[in-house]
Amino acid sequence: MTTIKKKSRIKNEKLAKYLDSLKFGLYVSTHPLDGFWDLIRENRGTVAAANTFVFLVLAVNLMKLQYTSFLFLAIDWEKVNILVELAKVLLPGFLAVISNWGLTTLFDGKGRMVDIYMGLAYSAVPYIMIQIPMIILSNVFTRDEGAFYYYFDTFSMLWCAGLVLCAVMMIHHYTLTQSLLAIAATGVGMLIMIFVFVLFFSLVTDSFSYFISIYRELMFRLY
Amino acid sequence: MKKFKKIFMLLSVTMTLSVTVPETMADQRSYTYTYDYFKFERESPDAYTATDIITGNQFGIGDFKNADGLFVRGNDLYVCDTGNNRIVVFTKLENGELEVKEEIKEVTGAKVTTLAGPTDIFVTKEGDRYIVDKQNQRILHTDSDNNVILELTKPEDETIASNAEFFPNKVLVDNTGRIIALVDGYNEGFLQFTPEGEFIGYLGANKVKFDPLDYLWKSFATDAQKAQMIQFVPTEYSNLAFDKEGFIYATTDVFDVAEIRTNQATPIRKLNATGQDILVKNGITNPMGDLSWGAAGDVKDASRFNDITILDNDIYMAIDRTRGKIFAYDYQGNLLYAFGGIGNKLGYFQNVTSIEHIGTDLYVLDGRSNSITTFSLTEYGELINTAIQTYVDGYYQESGEYWKEVQALNGNYELASEGVGRAFMQAEDYEKAMEYFERTWDDDNYSKAFKLYRKDWIEDNIGTVISLIMILIVLWASKTIFKKIKGGILDDDY
Repeated sequence: MTTIKKKSRIKNEKLAKYLDSLKFGLYVSTHPLDGFWDLIRENRGTVAAANTFVFLVLAVNLMKLQYTSFLFLAIDWEKVNILVELAKVLLPGFLAVISNWGLTTLFDGKGRMVDIYMGLAYSAVPYIMIQIPMIILSNVFTRDEGAFYYYFDTFSMLWCAGLVLCAVMMIHHYTLTQSLLAIAATGVGMLIMIFVFVLFFSLVTDSFSYFISIYRELMFRLY
Repeated sequence: MKKFKKIFMLLSVTMTLSVTVPETMADQRSYTYTYDYFKFERESPDAYTATDIITGNQFGIGDFKNADGLFVRGNDLYVCDTGNNRIVVFTKLENGELEVKEEIKEVTGAKVTTLAGPTDIFVTKEGDRYIVDKQNQRILHTDSDNNVILELTKPEDETIASNAEFFPNKVLVDNTGRIIALVDGYNEGFLQFTPEGEFIGYLGANKVKFDPLDYLWKSFATDAQKAQMIQFVPTEYSNLAFDKEGFIYATTDVFDVAEIRTNQATPIRKLNATGQDILVKNGITNPMGDLSWGAAGDVKDASRFNDITILDNDIYMAIDRTRGKIFAYDYQGNLLYAFGGIGNKLGYFQNVTSIEHIGTDLYVLDGRSNSITTFSLTEYGELINTAIQTYVDGYYQESGEYWKEVQALNGNYELASEGVGRAFMQAEDYEKAMEYFERTWDDDNYSKAFKLYRKDWIEDNIGTVISLIMILIVLWASKTIFKKIKGGILDDDY
């Protein structure tokens, strides 16, 4: 009955699907196991919605910097770089998706890279839902009541962590132990990727400076 | 065409000006500075200006040599001219000029003996002198004519090794005649003596820090290595001084740089009678000198305080031998201003050894350039002093006015904003107070003001808020009821 009603309200089918998948984010955060299964297997989630959640996380992080009361978050604006703030979320997320996909493909994981991305993005829903009211509430709290603020701040993170665990279990058909191992291995994989990248980068700079110094030496000799 | 020429002229003039002005500005770093909430250096107007430099030669008594100690009693300034084995007594005349009053070179005991490397002197209100005759390994108690009343030498005590040497460095004497001496190489605190010269124990010993890592090392170390480790027992004090109430302020230069970063270091201490540190530390950090520093000119260590002096209004100033700077703190432990530096200009030092004050004037002794630099308070410094004093005396509104004037002179100054904010808070204008506290990241005061502001707001608006909530509830209830009625009618459609 309800589905018929909804369809009649929104004509555009794509838009209806998108809105439904957005709304499904709420269902996922309260019924993670069921939710993540349906998200992938029943095609309840969309990449568009996942992108929206990522965008919202970025927006929330920036708004947090600007609007949280200075009692809880004292920011030296001279040292804030918005691009760095964005990269703080995007880069680890990107690495985590790649690393997790790389590892789980080797170890019998059933998820595609899109699935992993969607799982990770949908896991961030409680963060968005809790942080936005906390930004507003931080302006009504005094420092003595800060315990509430810090409690909810931590609570939102823990909830997201729990969702990530469920997401890994459901997306890859893993047991609990397997998922925990997979997450730990993903962390190690991320570190290795960063290490290789830094190593590569420093080697390239070194070789560049080597050729530059040869060039300089030649110039000194020749002129 | 003429118009173009005019514009071109104007442009070229403004461009040359805009290029030259910042250059001259950038050339000059401010002499005085403070630290902000983020431990970032902020320029400040000068609270003290160097007025004069005094050398021994000016008075025809020969230059000082490695002078190590200053002392002030009344208008007399005592300079311990360590390298020349004498103590020079200046007196400050009415017109502010100094005049040599006396040179103490020898004392009359059983026989006349000369001083050898005196490093400090203490003069009581009655005029009795306590001279630290360092190289002779004794502290002398003399009357004002240098007749020896008592000679203190190494105490016989089981805590002191019999072969240890006794090189006293600094001395203080309290109202009861108790002698408190800082002795080189004695790291259990200050040595206390009765007026009769009897050793009665130590004062202000440092807490022994237990380091689990040290313990681990020790369990592996050989006996010879362990013997080496014991030498690392920390802390000697570097100097001590009385405030006007008779509390001892002590400085120490033994601490880890890591302790500065974690706000653990307490290089300045105020000791009560039992040797506990009771210094008020309400500033952004403990009073510890520089909070951040580079490595320019091979000077890269934390501030190491050599001496301290406490003004009559409880503002204390410590000198940092690392960078030749003077740090002034108020009675709450807030950094008021820091100034000085290493250099050869007036107001800069080579190797600061001691600081003293007469009234608000400062005297800073330099052991390498063998001179005394005098500083006097500027209008800005005077304003800060009155602002603090009026607050201490309870005239909060007046204090706020003075802080406003300070703020007009130094917009970077967080203490000024805080002072203005506190005045607004006393006047129950919490919103204004919050504005000022927020500017300086003063979360403590902001929370207090905000709590009261919130309370006022709720008291004023409780009627509106409750009626709004009531309306919402009524609306919601009526909606559900309406839906039920509507649903009942339309149910037949499906």
